[in-house]
Amino acid sequence: MEELSKHFINNNRRHFLKKVGLGIGGLAAASLLDPFSALGNNSQLNPTGLNLPHFAPKAKRVIYLFQSGGPSQLDLFDYKPLLDKMRGQDLPDSVRQGQRLTGMTSGQDSFPLVGSNFKFDQYGESRAWVSSLMPYTAKVVDELCFIKSMHTEAINHDPAITFFQTGSQQPGRPSIGSWMSYGLGSLNENLPTFSVLLSRGTGRPFSQPLYSRLWGNGFLSSLHQGVQFRSGKDPVLYLKDPDGMSRAQRRAMLDHISELNQKQEEEFGDPEINSRIAQYEMAYRMQTSVPDTMNVEEEPEHIIQMYGVDAMVPGTYAANCLLARRMAERDVRFIQLYHMGWDQHFDLPSQIERQAKDIDQATAALIMDLKQRGMLEDTLVVWGGEFGRTNYSQGTLTDTNYGRDHHPKCFTMFMAGGGVKPGFTYGETDDFGYNIAKDPMHVHDLQATIMHLMGVDHTKFTYKHQGRRFRLTDVSGHVVHDILS
Amino acid sequence: MAKGKKKNSGFVLVLYFLVPFAIVLFLKYSFSNSNNSYQAIGETNSGNQHSTDLAAKANNLPEKVDYIFDVKPILSDRCYLCHGPDEGTREAGLRLDTKEGAFKAIGKNLDRYAIVAGKPEESALVSKITNTDLQKVMPPPSSNLSLTEYEKQVLIKWIEQGAEWKTHWSFVPPIKPELPKIATQDWVSNSIDYFIAKRLEQKNLKPSEEASKEQLIRRVYFDLTGLPPSIEDIDAFLNDKDTNAYEKVVDKLLASSSYGERMASTWLDVSRYADTHGYQDDLERIMWPWRDWVISAFNRNIPYDKFIKWQLAGDLLPNPSPEQIVATAFNRNHKITQEGGVIDEEYRVEYVMDRANTTAKAILGITMECARCHDHKYDPISMKEFYGFYAFFNKVDEKGRIDYGELPEPNIKITKKEVEETLSFINLPDSIKEVKLMVMKDNAPDRKTYTLRRGQYDAPDQEVTLDTPEFILEYSDSLPKNRLGLAKWLFHKDNSLTARVAVNRMWQDIFGVGIVSTSEDFGNQGALPSHPELLDWLAVTFREEGWDMKKMYKRLVMSSTYKQTSKLSPQLLELDPDNVLLARYSRSKLTAEMVRDNALAVSGLLVDKIGGPSVKPYQPPGLWQETTGGGGGSTAKYIPDTGENLYRRSLYTFWKRTVPPPAMMTFDAPTRDFCEVKRQKTSTPLQALVMLNDPQLIEAAEHLAKNTLKEDNLSQDERIKLIFRKITSRFPTQEELDKFTQYVETVENDFESNPDIDKTEITSKTEYAYTLLSSLIFNLDEVIIKG
Repeated sequence: MEELSKHFINNNRRHFLKKVGLGIGGLAAASLLDPFSALGNNSQLNPTGLNLPHFAPKAKRVIYLFQSGGPSQLDLFDYKPLLDKMRGQDLPDSVRQGQRLTGMTSGQDSFPLVGSNFKFDQYGESRAWVSSLMPYTAKVVDELCFIKSMHTEAINHDPAITFFQTGSQQPGRPSIGSWMSYGLGSLNENLPTFSVLLSRGTGRPFSQPLYSRLWGNGFLSSLHQGVQFRSGKDPVLYLKDPDGMSRAQRRAMLDHISELNQKQEEEFGDPEINSRIAQYEMAYRMQTSVPDTMNVEEEPEHIIQMYGVDAMVPGTYAANCLLARRMAERDVRFIQLYHMGWDQHFDLPSQIERQAKDIDQATAALIMDLKQRGMLEDTLVVWGGEFGRTNYSQGTLTDTNYGRDHHPKCFTMFMAGGGVKPGFTYGETDDFGYNIAKDPMHVHDLQATIMHLMGVDHTKFTYKHQGRRFRLTDVSGHVVHDILS
Repeated sequence: MAKGKKKNSGFVLVLYFLVPFAIVLFLKYSFSNSNNSYQAIGETNSGNQHSTDLAAKANNLPEKVDYIFDVKPILSDRCYLCHGPDEGTREAGLRLDTKEGAFKAIGKNLDRYAIVAGKPEESALVSKITNTDLQKVMPPPSSNLSLTEYEKQVLIKWIEQGAEWKTHWSFVPPIKPELPKIATQDWVSNSIDYFIAKRLEQKNLKPSEEASKEQLIRRVYFDLTGLPPSIEDIDAFLNDKDTNAYEKVVDKLLASSSYGERMASTWLDVSRYADTHGYQDDLERIMWPWRDWVISAFNRNIPYDKFIKWQLAGDLLPNPSPEQIVATAFNRNHKITQEGGVIDEEYRVEYVMDRANTTAKAILGITMECARCHDHKYDPISMKEFYGFYAFFNKVDEKGRIDYGELPEPNIKITKKEVEETLSFINLPDSIKEVKLMVMKDNAPDRKTYTLRRGQYDAPDQEVTLDTPEFILEYSDSLPKNRLGLAKWLFHKDNSLTARVAVNRMWQDIFGVGIVSTSEDFGNQGALPSHPELLDWLAVTFREEGWDMKKMYKRLVMSSTYKQTSKLSPQLLELDPDNVLLARYSRSKLTAEMVRDNALAVSGLLVDKIGGPSVKPYQPPGLWQETTGGGGGSTAKYIPDTGENLYRRSLYTFWKRTVPPPAMMTFDAPTRDFCEVKRQKTSTPLQALVMLNDPQLIEAAEHLAKNTLKEDNLSQDERIKLIFRKITSRFPTQEELDKFTQYVETVENDFESNPDIDKTEITSKTEYAYTLLSSLIFNLDEVIIKG
């Protein structure tokens, strides 16, 4: 140990010399310009030294429309006439191939196959199959890139959704939005880099919870936490000044705070104080920019009509889609929506009808709205849940009713804009809609592909924590080049 | 390489970023140039990110290259992945983490050597790392672990100089060093200072002057109790001219019950304590009686060895007391799922993993979990050893999935009677007759443990027996084969890690950063100690003194090192920006708990009551409701408490893991999903919003204003001084006082003319002005800083 100590002393000179490069001025300038960027308080302990993006990005920003609970691909997009023909017959063992079942259906005596109660048709030049549940989406299929062959390992909600959002089934890792915030930084000076909007569906409103870890920063700096935007008078927590305080009063107080903090900086010489001053300025700007973003009242009537009447009801999916567009316009880099209510184990036909109605029009409107503003080309829109649903009924199958359990082996997602092929379908499932027949795409593949579109090589983008380099895609994942435009 | 990067980033700038962002990127880039190899070991990010000014660095090679300091960090970070402890992925039969492996013959004919001491030209390692053919160079570019020119030169020079090999520092048991000989004797208060002074002298640096008494008392109050000093405390100290005035304060604080609360709040992070189960519907659980035990254990100063032994194996002690059994709830703080349909064994395995990982990280400072799916990549822990360690925690008869409303087994019942007789540290309210607490019990003694392929619950491979990693210390046959044996093994005098890890974390509590800055990782990828001899001196002393925590904390805060001012001269900032050498005290941010507790305390709102069920202070409405699936029962909707429960210390705030208290999260509290031994320290705009607008802070400001105005016969100056002193623990300067006076007058003028102010709550312009003044002062940087 003594030797170690000596050595440290003799060599520490290098450490000193190299710190000189960036003095107080540099640090303060950096945080003033962009307090949400990676250079916060942590900068000295954890210089990122990132050199991102790795290559020219196709997408500057992402809007991820997460459908929480696991939408039934078989009732929305993955048309399987064989299931109609075989309705009521047992799922053959040769198809199931020993796939593990959740504890909810593993005790069932039989697994009666069931097609959809909803009519499917082909739409657009791309001739994509869409069910009658999604009439608006059907009209925009030529903008969409369907992935019919998504698959995951997780069969229960908590691990499955955590897997999609953090690359790991067990909690503790940063979410995808946090990774992007950390890696790519902010595009604007007034809003958080990673923003989150929640809505509760009407299909099965109370079924699956959400967890703030889904937009958590894990082991990354808290600067990269997703910031929840909420309906109501305090759209971002603690944003609103106390009742009766005017903007001028707030400004006056901040000026005093800033001046006194500056005096402290002069006395203590701690550059962190400059960073604090910058954070207060950003907070002040947010107090204007956030309500400004949330002010959908200023949208013209035809835009409201486009998203549907719900767009004026704060906290709905439609309202959140409209907000997502407004955030995208203001260069928020990662906009994450969660719409709850897709976990339809029983009474699926009636539940999914309501649930699809929640989202169909607004989703299509968002895509077309981005397009008409020329923003779709550099905005990647992602739609999908944490897994799919079974081709057999959970509970009793009747002529009009059925349910579906979780199904991890194949499900459908779609993307649009931001560098993916429009009017394209990737992957296929077998005639039973139970296994993937062609071109599987794993959760990590999706994450790798999203990052690729953002200009990030997922194998190179790592964060060293507890001695190990972590990636969003853990140790796997491949960019699916076939879907890139 | 650096050149190419620069070009690339220039390209990116032009095309994709607004100018300000580009500047930030550039600054970040500049920052990576300023890494030094010491820090790089523990703190920098990734191998390919060392974009170094090559020429400058190469000229700066150490005269004598040291294996531990210079060489192993490179080998570990860039080479061990394929040439390290993990046999499963070892390439070309070459192993560089052991001396034997590094020097043995390799190649088809066993005629080549990776390292030939003194002969770089004959060393295959050198030809590999310097190969200009991208197909052949090591590490391969595809690994993203390429060596910089400097790093290559370090390896080459080390071989030139004889390739001297040493064991990793933390794997060798500490030996108590002599106190160093120093010139500045008069500065020294206790042994710690010898080690600090020695280093400073070698760098021709002088320690900073002593902090003012006001600064010092504020600092030590937060460090030892998590609360600010009252004006009376400050005045008493300022007026006490005894030479041991400061020591009297320290002794008083160590004896106060707030000490236990302060230390417990750190231990709750380590123990991943929470009031809910943590998965999916995130149902409520009752663990607070264990939290009460922790507070009490600190206050009674139970020695660290017992503190840990009881928590790990209290149930296995001969004739365990109820208290010793309560302590074992430590290892039941892991998350538990009730999600319908999960596979029971999958989750049961996760719980056992969590216990093993928590124990390893908290007590041994090693990243054991890395050996779950394969041999550890960096430290000599085989997968088999990992599961041997896991086996200690795999004897509990428990469910992976519990039902709604089910209390997980094993548990104990705690009644009023027991609380009165033996468990008096549990604050069981009169309204509650009894509580049940999850505890440890080896009631599945016959369960066998297997290695799990890829770490998966359904892929058992080889059977293993209870064991510990051999590199730390062999598990003696004389030890019982259970958790009690493990606890004894941890505290064996030849265990090289336990004492070091403990004193390092205590140091971190007081100085902000550990002597080993990676307090979670003492292994090959961890940071090297800044003061190795001091760490060992403290570790051995801690053991010799019977693991006495209060005595150790007292030693830390009584040192001259601790008592220095935190003022930072430009010279010091330049020479030692991270304060590695401790030529000053480091300013650091108060913890989330301290930020709120400070506001409660100085405003007179704080309710000083220890323990009991967790409480629900203000929280923005709707946060739980928005995310609930409806199945959470008491956790589906947040119903704030009323009365005194609103004003308890923050360590008692109800912790719902899937939606933790938002203001605390904003101030860097961990989620409590897993064991955390170190919090982040960030500065964000959201923190500013909390300080400006959190109703708790506003209420505190209002309360403080009203209380101050109630005091008779105070002039305006005196009122302002009083508020300022309460919040900051110091007197304002005349300049500050003038500013505040001016501010108060401006706001008073606003009051009458502003119709939006709720004049039922605040009835006079003076009250209003003093409320805003208090809020202003709460927002000064120094208020949330321990400086």
